[in-house]
Amino acid sequence: MADFLMPSLGADMEVGTILQWLVKPGDKVKRGDIVAVVDTEKATIEIEVFQSGVIENIVVPEGQQVPVGTLIATIRTDGEVAPPKVEAKPPPRPFAEAATKPPERRTAPAPSPMPAQPPSAPHRMRISPLAMRVAMDLKVDLSTVKGTGPEGAITRADVERAAKAAAPKPEPAPERRPAPAPIDHHTAMRRVIAAAMSRSKREIPHYYLGTHIDMGRAMTWLQAENLKRPVTERLLYAVLLLKAVARAALQFPEMNGYWIDNGFKHSDAVHVGVAISLRKGGLIAPAIHDVDKKPLDELMANLRDLVKRVRAETLRSSEIADATITMTSLGEQGVETVFGVIYPPQVALVGFGRIVERPWASNGMVGARPVMFTTLAADHRASDGHRGGLFLAAIDRLLQEPEKL
Amino acid sequence: MTNDEIRTLILRELRRIAPEVDTGQIDASQELREQVDLDSMDILNWMIAIHEATGVDIPEADYARMATVNDCVAYLRERLK
Repeated sequence: MADFLMPSLGADMEVGTILQWLVKPGDKVKRGDIVAVVDTEKATIEIEVFQSGVIENIVVPEGQQVPVGTLIATIRTDGEVAPPKVEAKPPPRPFAEAATKPPERRTAPAPSPMPAQPPSAPHRMRISPLAMRVAMDLKVDLSTVKGTGPEGAITRADVERAAKAAAPKPEPAPERRPAPAPIDHHTAMRRVIAAAMSRSKREIPHYYLGTHIDMGRAMTWLQAENLKRPVTERLLYAVLLLKAVARAALQFPEMNGYWIDNGFKHSDAVHVGVAISLRKGGLIAPAIHDVDKKPLDELMANLRDLVKRVRAETLRSSEIADATITMTSLGEQGVETVFGVIYPPQVALVGFGRIVERPWASNGMVGARPVMFTTLAADHRASDGHRGGLFLAAIDRLLQEPEKL
Repeated sequence: MTNDEIRTLILRELRRIAPEVDTGQIDASQELREQVDLDSMDILNWMIAIHEATGVDIPEADYARMATVNDCVAYLRERLK
């Protein structure tokens, strides 16, 4: 029997709320399956399972907030025999009763399964995580909401309509003292960013390096490549940067991993966190896994998918938790230089400024070239400036041979 | 497609990509990216959406001809002929 615990989805996550279970006891799961949707202060995350087996018990019900590490479900792993049926135990420390959070934030129970549905079919209310969260915030009973989305899925608009219909008429001048304002996600995200960045600047002795990289070859190659491709398969130059960072990180292991318990733990896998800004402010840096091993097409598909899901707020647990190094690219309309703040417990962050046309001397000749100022913010506990400089030079070298990336 | 239909379509797809944008406030004769915060991924997704809705595959080299909403309409009208 394996315990399935509320995962830690980042250094500063302390609690998570189960928004939705996507499995029920008796369901078969395999490693990597998404089994639940969890609300953290920063985003709504799809939680993946790490063992293959059969869901034995759901311990924490939907709507309940529990601390990281709390048993939320048990899984009978492959090869185990089903034990005699036992009643689901209550969670060891129900956070809702810890007086920090009012219990009324619990969501309405899911409606009972349709009678026509065969008992083996996993019951699942069709609702997007975003709509689910809006429903919790507005305290809407989902069993009363009629979905108008694809296949009857409940959309955010449906929830908001239901909330409006159910809202009591405003009472005339109730009290002079205003009620405490509910914490919205924007405020919560700012707090999480504040906590992570403060910790970074408090604990990590950053050093900073920067160098100009001639992007002429990379951009010419990319243009020619994209000319051959239909619009759906086109590459953005960000994937070249992504791959170059990962390949360079392989050569410089001290940039790739975590500073934990007073020591550096190198990671063999290269999971590159990509800082993606949200439209309403704030940012998230989820990871693309095994970047060094993937061809550019796959990375482009991963990146597109990731940006889409960040903005739709449907991230997966592994993406949030396990970046081994992070990159940030300010894109074509940003500024020329960015010096990053390392995301703890990582030890390095590569920053790419805007590509600008500049006079560039090479082989005794001056020409106009697209130039990108590239920076490294690194943890001086894990590496030194000399190696950091070689790491940046490796990224430069890799970008001079884009066809080999 | 008429100019109005094209305009409606491209603004609808733009709202899908950038839901916070009030497309009614966009000046169709001014550069779009000066009015709306769009990164290269947004532009690519927008081009893909337009491609899926109209069948027109817009080469990267032509992005420069689509700087304003009016430019986009004129460009697509020409390509749809």
